[in-house]
Amino acid sequence: MASARPRTYAEAREVSTTNFELAWWVFMRVSGLILVFLVFGHLWVNNILVDPADIDYAYVVNRLAQPGVRIYNTFLLFFAMLHGVNGLRYSIEDYTKRASRRFWYKVILYTVSAIIFVLGTMTLWAFTYEEMGAAVRAIGVTP
Amino acid sequence: MEPIEINVKIKRFNPEADSRPYWSDYTLQARPSDRVLDVMHHIKWEVDGSLAFRRSCAHGICGSDAMLINGVNRLACKVLVKDLGNRIVIEPLRGLEVKKDLIVDMDSFFDSFKAVLPFLINDDAPPPAERLQSPEERARFDETTKCILCAACTTSCPVFWTNGSYIGPAAIVNAHRFIFDSRDKGTAQRIDVLNAGNGLWRCRTAYNCTEACPRDIPVTQAIEEVRRAMLFRGA
Repeated sequence: MASARPRTYAEAREVSTTNFELAWWVFMRVSGLILVFLVFGHLWVNNILVDPADIDYAYVVNRLAQPGVRIYNTFLLFFAMLHGVNGLRYSIEDYTKRASRRFWYKVILYTVSAIIFVLGTMTLWAFTYEEMGAAVRAIGVTP
Repeated sequence: MEPIEINVKIKRFNPEADSRPYWSDYTLQARPSDRVLDVMHHIKWEVDGSLAFRRSCAHGICGSDAMLINGVNRLACKVLVKDLGNRIVIEPLRGLEVKKDLIVDMDSFFDSFKAVLPFLINDDAPPPAERLQSPEERARFDETTKCILCAACTTSCPVFWTNGSYIGPAAIVNAHRFIFDSRDKGTAQRIDVLNAGNGLWRCRTAYNCTEACPRDIPVTQAIEEVRRAMLFRGA
């Protein structure tokens, strides 16, 4: 998006075809606000409502077995990843001079984030935690 | 006021002769009420004629002598020696190619300015007299009419320093001047330019531009107003 260098009105028109940057700008403001509530809600539940000393494997397994917690954490993952990745994209576009380097930095960023996003979603949705807890206990590993 | 001894350090560079920039040091007498431009005239006329810098009106209107003085972008003709102390460090504006000493290549700066179509666009048949405007409508864009195109704002912008293709605060200020003019009809065309990848969405609200403006234009606020206009208009 940022590699062209429009210097005249006609060139600028050619570059400007979408409202992509406008949409991201709005998303950053909205998601930032949502994240404040999601993050502090998470901290409040796990540090104030529940004594951190009581958090053990059983507690985590029970929590992640509830659909509400999974949905909450999915939102947290979704907004935090998109907000953070877009912030990094801004930094790369602002501070990397060479177009080729800028391209590869973004390729690496998007690949790593996609992996984290998939792993996070799998952690939340791909397992039934009741069965997992039983399986771990059956092979005798102390969680 | 009695003259005092001051030390002036100027970053020099002649791309045709030097491999890299170097500093020239001058120790001279100046009155605290002298402007930095007076000091530079003294150096150029009586000490070292090879020093190169731009200046035209010398009264803070033409915008020719913007430079980095003691770390801040300002006009040499608007800052007094007494406000800087007896050590003055002068560098060319950042982010633009140095032609010689304090003279930078302003072409890309003016290209961005031209890209936002900084003139009245209105194809309606002209009325018999002027296109009328109420005092309130005129006040809406009063601040941004004050721009003198000195480039102090654009060259203080961290996004512009590294990625010189950012359109820059000065161009956005001049777009604001017409977007909020009740007589102008060219908003859609200007928004096309500003909505591009290198347009105003790259602004990170660092506020450097507002601090650098020698005309006290609230530059960051103007950028936010243009953003809102684009947002609620659905660009």
